[in-house]
Amino acid sequence: MNEYNFAYLDEQTKRMIRRAILKALAVPGYQVPFASREMPMPYGWGTGGVQVSAATLTPEDTFKVIDQGADDTTNAVSIRKFFENTAGVATTEETTKATVIQTRHRIPEVKLTEDQILVYQVPIPEPLRFLEPRETETRKMHSLGEYGLMHVKLYEDISQHGAISTAYAYPVKVSGRYVMDPSPIPKFDNPKLEMDAIQLFGAGREQRIYALPPHTKVVSLDFEDYPFEATKADHPCDLCGAKDSYLDEVIMDDAGDRMFVCSDTDYCRTRRAQGHDGRLSKEDAV
Amino acid sequence: MTPLLSVQDITKTYGARIGCTGVSFDLYPGEVMGIVGESGSGKSTLLNCLAGHLEPDAGQVIFDPRADGPVDTVTMSEPERRMLGRTDWAFVHQYARDGLRMSVSAGGNIGERLMAVGERHYGAIRDKAIDWLGRVEIDVDRVDDRPAAFSGGMQQRLQIARNLVTGPRLVFMDEPTGGLDVSVQARLLDLLRGLVREMGLSAIIVTHDLAVVRLLADRLMVMKDGHVVEAGLTDQVLDDPQHAYTQLLVSSVLQV
Repeated sequence: MNEYNFAYLDEQTKRMIRRAILKALAVPGYQVPFASREMPMPYGWGTGGVQVSAATLTPEDTFKVIDQGADDTTNAVSIRKFFENTAGVATTEETTKATVIQTRHRIPEVKLTEDQILVYQVPIPEPLRFLEPRETETRKMHSLGEYGLMHVKLYEDISQHGAISTAYAYPVKVSGRYVMDPSPIPKFDNPKLEMDAIQLFGAGREQRIYALPPHTKVVSLDFEDYPFEATKADHPCDLCGAKDSYLDEVIMDDAGDRMFVCSDTDYCRTRRAQGHDGRLSKEDAV
Repeated sequence: MTPLLSVQDITKTYGARIGCTGVSFDLYPGEVMGIVGESGSGKSTLLNCLAGHLEPDAGQVIFDPRADGPVDTVTMSEPERRMLGRTDWAFVHQYARDGLRMSVSAGGNIGERLMAVGERHYGAIRDKAIDWLGRVEIDVDRVDDRPAAFSGGMQQRLQIARNLVTGPRLVFMDEPTGGLDVSVQARLLDLLRGLVREMGLSAIIVTHDLAVVRLLADRLMVMKDGHVVEAGLTDQVLDDPQHAYTQLLVSSVLQV
């Protein structure tokens, strides 16, 4: 087939990563350091997620990659090809058929099940980073559970914008202990973090792995008088008419025309195959 | 009456050099203690040892918290000490920049300690922040401005508001008026004196400015080369200095 070890990484490296994953699952939300390897792609393209996927995949797995919900963007296509070449695993674009899903910035709309694993690509794992630049200090804040600073950020949002304007990478408290950055998923997806599937987060450049075991309690931080709200564009999908999915806004021309489409391409395609219609689905251009 | 803070034989050395050595004193509730001395006399080292920023080599710092009996803050666990630093204690830095978050608005700066002790109601936090801006004489419409847009004197007053918002009982101040011009200093001292009396605060003020301690401090300690060379009531020490170094210090003050 090829000259690569299964899933590119050598077995010792995969064992090291699996140990980190097990530790992360044992302490939900805690950032476990690991010896991140150089991967054949630039940092920021999902080196952390790829390493976690490589350590998680078995030859029987079916693999799916999404980038901002889409299966067909450069990042998703190249990572899917990477594992087709190096692991020879089956790949799919259908969320329900996949056993391991690597994702960048979205959680699929379809409810995931207990036999699935969701792997996130994480750019900056430290939720306190932009408030407290010192790593020694943020580690201490995590270990002592001093999270008042996280609310300072939300306070600043409200004082400047009248509402909590943080729309992605919205901080959460995991099972009453660690405050965690759920990676840059829209806050629309935050309620879905309490799910049946295992969720693994890999940050390659920052060399951290963290995890959410199934059914872990995940609470989005907020104020009593400004409660957390999962927001999305107030619009149905223009292709499949879905009112419950997260939407991308697409500018159509220079006359102000725009359309809203599901960011989860598989969800949108499945609904259209089932006969659902949106405002623009009959047009030739689409 | 039990002392609020009882310091016994605090010693801190940097290798062979002495930071401060054998310092003992009691501080009672509502009392303001001044520590004066020239640069390098060990007064900042002492203050940092008392406030838990430095670990002393020997000695005890016994603090009497609200809830249970006196505790030695040197040997207490770090989470407890940091909790104390957010509730019963406050630390005013010489440079406001060290004590403020420069990228966070004035309101957020004042609210941080409230949020750190568990306040989760935005309206309540903001009301308190606005109340405290008023108390330290900063225009209320500056509440959403960042401290970077404030003058030096305003930054220092903001730092004081941020520290006092949780109603601490003991305030450590390291040269609170350093780097401010005299008229701003005078206003700040006025403000501090008012707040200390009004809230019944105890304070330890480190300074090289004798005028500051004359105005604020009930008692005075004079330090030289890491040792306390003279201690007593402020007026007594300043008006009738006994130790040669104190005499030199008092006579060195410039007269206008």
